Amino acid sequence: MAAEEASRSSPRSRREPKGRASRQDKYSVLLPTYNERENLPFIVWLLVKSFSESGFNYEIIIIDDGSPDGTRDIAEQLEKIYGSDRILLRPREKKLGLGTAYIHGMKHATGNYIIIMDADLSHHPKFIPEFIRKQKEGNFDIVSGTRYRGNGGVYGWDLKRKIIRLYRKEVLQKLIGKCISKGYVFQMEMIVRARQLNYTIGEVPISFVDRVYGESKLGGNEIVSFLKGLLTLFATT
Amino acid sequence: MTKLAQWLWGLALLGSAWAALTLGALGLELPLSCREVLWPLPAYLLVSAGCYALGTVGYRVATFHDCEDAARELQSQIQEARADLTRRGLRF
Repeated sequence: MAAEEASRSSPRSRREPKGRASRQDKYSVLLPTYNERENLPFIVWLLVKSFSESGFNYEIIIIDDGSPDGTRDIAEQLEKIYGSDRILLRPREKKLGLGTAYIHGMKHATGNYIIIMDADLSHHPKFIPEFIRKQKEGNFDIVSGTRYRGNGGVYGWDLKRKIIRLYRKEVLQKLIGKCISKGYVFQMEMIVRARQLNYTIGEVPISFVDRVYGESKLGGNEIVSFLKGLLTLFATT
Repeated sequence: MTKLAQWLWGLALLGSAWAALTLGALGLELPLSCREVLWPLPAYLLVSAGCYALGTVGYRVATFHDCEDAARELQSQIQEARADLTRRGLRF
């Protein structure tokens, strides 16, 4: 592969063991935020810690939809602390939804892999190196976190759908183009479409800790809308 | 073809086969024991499917892993992060 040849020909190179991320791999983490002033510093700190310790190249793209609670101010401070090559602020004027937030974020992503996760600490960034390793191991197009297998689990019972996934950039672009659902349902639709297009999907068991700060943006009719979404997918895919 | 369309097709095929056999539309004279099983079969399958679904959900809920360690670890890392970020100049 081109990446391995490049490392072989450079003077101070080591032969990268098979399945390791090459020096050319960069991981763009997309963090759509709305009123995450309290969680944002911690999710960013944990992401930085996780990536620095594992040595993978990364950037964090914060897409704030005009949060009234000062999320943007916190994001700007974090950008000053960690540098604008690591923290990219790409805000929008108002709440425009998750799907378009990803599209917007991807336009500015310079990585060849995209990681999508929630900014509310429900998913711990410590799993990201495992996602990266899993992806390399099986050469997967998508790696998804699961609470249901292995040592996955939850703390604080929460029915809400929380997704953490690693995508090849071109795969995510293609899938977003094909999806028609809105809101959180479209994350499910992405996997359905991915299967139809024969993309390979790997899984990593993760633990999920219920929201630490702030109010969730999902209300009590989560179950109803989830079922409606499921039926819509059933009828349209 | 969408999943819904597939299911409707499948159900239509099986349903018409069942109807044809139970109503004797094909002129077949099935033995009574066969017909006694065939006639309630759809209802039986529906109830079984329902029980399986509920059973699976119940089992999964009961065996769902708790991860208290993860919660504790997160809390302690939040403390660590708070101190580190304050040192670096973040005004919370």
